Amino acid sequence: MLEDLLRILTFRAGYTAGVVVAGCTLLGVASGLIGCFGLLRRRSLMGDALAHATLPGVAGAFLIASALAWLLPEGVQPKSLGVLLTGAGVSAALGVLSVHGIVRGSGGRVREDAAIGVVLSVFFGLGYVLLSVVQAMPTGTQAGLKTFLFGQPAAMSVRDAQTLAIVAAVAMVAALALYKEFRLLCFDEEFARVQGWPTGGLDLAMMALVVLVVVVGLQAVGLVLVVALLIVPPAAARFWTDRLGAMLAISAGIGGGAGFVGVSISALRPGLPAGAIVVLSAAALFAASALCSPRHGLLGRWSRHASLTRRIRLDHALRALYERLEVAGTGQSPASALPRQDAGAALTGVGGASAIRWLARIGHVREDGDCVALTPSGLLAAARAVRNHRLWEQYLVTHADLAPSHVDRSADMIEHVLSPEMVRELEAALESEAEGAEHGPRVPTSVHPIRHAASEPHAAPRSSTEEGPRA
Amino acid sequence: MLHRSAAPKTLADRPEHSPSSPLSVHDMTVAYQRRPVLWDVDFDAPARSLIAIVGPNGAGKSTLIKACLNLLPRASGTVEFFGRPYREARSLVGYVPQRESVDWDFPVSALDVAAMGRYGAIGWFGRVTRRHAEAAMEALRQVGMADLAGRQISQLSGGQQQRVFLARALAQDARLYFMDEPLAGVDAATEATIIEVLRSLRQAGKTVIVVHHDLSTVPQYFDHVLLLNTRVIAAGPVSGPESVFTSENLKRTYGGRLTLLDQAAEAVARARGG
Repeated sequence: MLEDLLRILTFRAGYTAGVVVAGCTLLGVASGLIGCFGLLRRRSLMGDALAHATLPGVAGAFLIASALAWLLPEGVQPKSLGVLLTGAGVSAALGVLSVHGIVRGSGGRVREDAAIGVVLSVFFGLGYVLLSVVQAMPTGTQAGLKTFLFGQPAAMSVRDAQTLAIVAAVAMVAALALYKEFRLLCFDEEFARVQGWPTGGLDLAMMALVVLVVVVGLQAVGLVLVVALLIVPPAAARFWTDRLGAMLAISAGIGGGAGFVGVSISALRPGLPAGAIVVLSAAALFAASALCSPRHGLLGRWSRHASLTRRIRLDHALRALYERLEVAGTGQSPASALPRQDAGAALTGVGGASAIRWLARIGHVREDGDCVALTPSGLLAAARAVRNHRLWEQYLVTHADLAPSHVDRSADMIEHVLSPEMVRELEAALESEAEGAEHGPRVPTSVHPIRHAASEPHAAPRSSTEEGPRA
Repeated sequence: MLHRSAAPKTLADRPEHSPSSPLSVHDMTVAYQRRPVLWDVDFDAPARSLIAIVGPNGAGKSTLIKACLNLLPRASGTVEFFGRPYREARSLVGYVPQRESVDWDFPVSALDVAAMGRYGAIGWFGRVTRRHAEAAMEALRQVGMADLAGRQISQLSGGQQQRVFLARALAQDARLYFMDEPLAGVDAATEATIIEVLRSLRQAGKTVIVVHHDLSTVPQYFDHVLLLNTRVIAAGPVSGPESVFTSENLKRTYGGRLTLLDQAAEAVARARGG
């Protein structure tokens, strides 16, 4: 089985299979590209309505062509793909027009999502009825119209696959040619109109490209699931980038990959539904993107959150120790060590004794019998944390007109995210001195009295143990 | 009413509309459903000036701009730009929409947005070439956003986003600009930058029409004012002997909204003083 898969994946399973796989890959690339614009224009579900609306077209075209064939025997071939896909395209376009008609006819009281729901179900229902009529006909059962529901690439001929590849390539080129226009339309339609772009025409062109992709994708993926190729790859690509160009490339890659892998796997066994496997491959890539992409992925966000939490905890612990050392020391020079009990009390808010062990483990604190002291690296980090905190406090007091007693909390919230540039800006705003080279960062004095975590752990009144403002 | 039946072909033939005027609006009425939002608006924008449109909420300020730019259908009336209809004057007219009108999570950079101002000049299927990218960059520089040109727009503050919008209009190099509340909700630095840009535009001989919400800064920032409340209450210079920025006119514009009237009285007093 693995061997078979490998053979198909490397295009060695025969010419037809190779062409079909290549065609479906191109389909995935084209729908990945076009789907990006649909997603950004917030028209993703329109593709779904449109795909379902192809069914009455397929069945209707077969019925009409059969009737014509009965009248003029040497004329039309009812089963020819061209006839069926033309029918599909026409009824898809009718579906889009119906959505617009319902929204406009109701004076905006029926919104687009509801109109899409109506059109999707009604067209699909009508299509299913017509399909049952087709199947009741003597020639109907061999027509193979059912493959349009869920797709059956194995049933595709070389010509079908070539048509698919050519149409997908044309749609792709058209989407790239209109890149600039679509980008403007999706971002700011009003501005596009002011510049004189025919926004209605551009929207129509975008929808026409969607119709093309959906219609040629019917045989390969089926009308129930083809929309997934238009939505899932762009949604996955959005996780990886903040640039439209890159998003198009990634989405095309994911779409192409899903088409390639999905059709290859489904070719292993005749019973495997290709559409479902293509969609599941795309979904797997989506899940991987949602989890692993560095900027917007879940894991990345979790780890950033965890590291920020740790940093805040560290800053708080170091600041608490430093301020306690300041209180224990004299004037400008903080004491060098604290009794273990005092240190634990200073750290109540961040875990007490366990915080001391944590700081010792990461080398910021030295335990000397019954005394606790900051190591040189700990002292540097602590001084920096205290300095950021106080710079921000001073800024709030001098530039934001806050009472000193109110600043501590606001400073707590922001100090951990101060970037070096912001610190420099704060210094400039406060005309504070730059960092002294030898003694580490110069720590400004606090604008409010330092409160003791030991005596009153939470927002203690300022009267009890602390000295007056030193600013 | 005889002169109505023999209506002149262009507004320029009418004595009250000068041919050189950047914007001439005549008899414009706009209605949503059945409710008129603008009624018989007549307005002639003087060239080389900064013009504020002020009025209460729902007075039709944004509607006036959008109807001029054919973004909303007009029930009646004519609009001309430099003596020509909008279709022929498009490249001469720049537009800064309200910031809330777009999705700022859109995957583009500040430079990409500024470059959109050049799309009209680039034309169909064309790419943003180096020349156009440089023009966009220059526009970003003018609004003090050159350092953040590569940043995705959702990573910008509200004021920075507003400046990017302004840069997009500047990149177009128009002669008349419409700006819809460019100073709403921006920080002080952005406000100062935008005002500086407006003044340099006037210096360069351009006209800027701004929907403005803060009466107290009208005398400081603008030369002309259009007081609007469905109808044009008054239009003319902000200060000087022909000033229309009077407490009388403001009272007619804002009706009985007392807090606003206090603000207005203060603003008028300041205008008289300076």
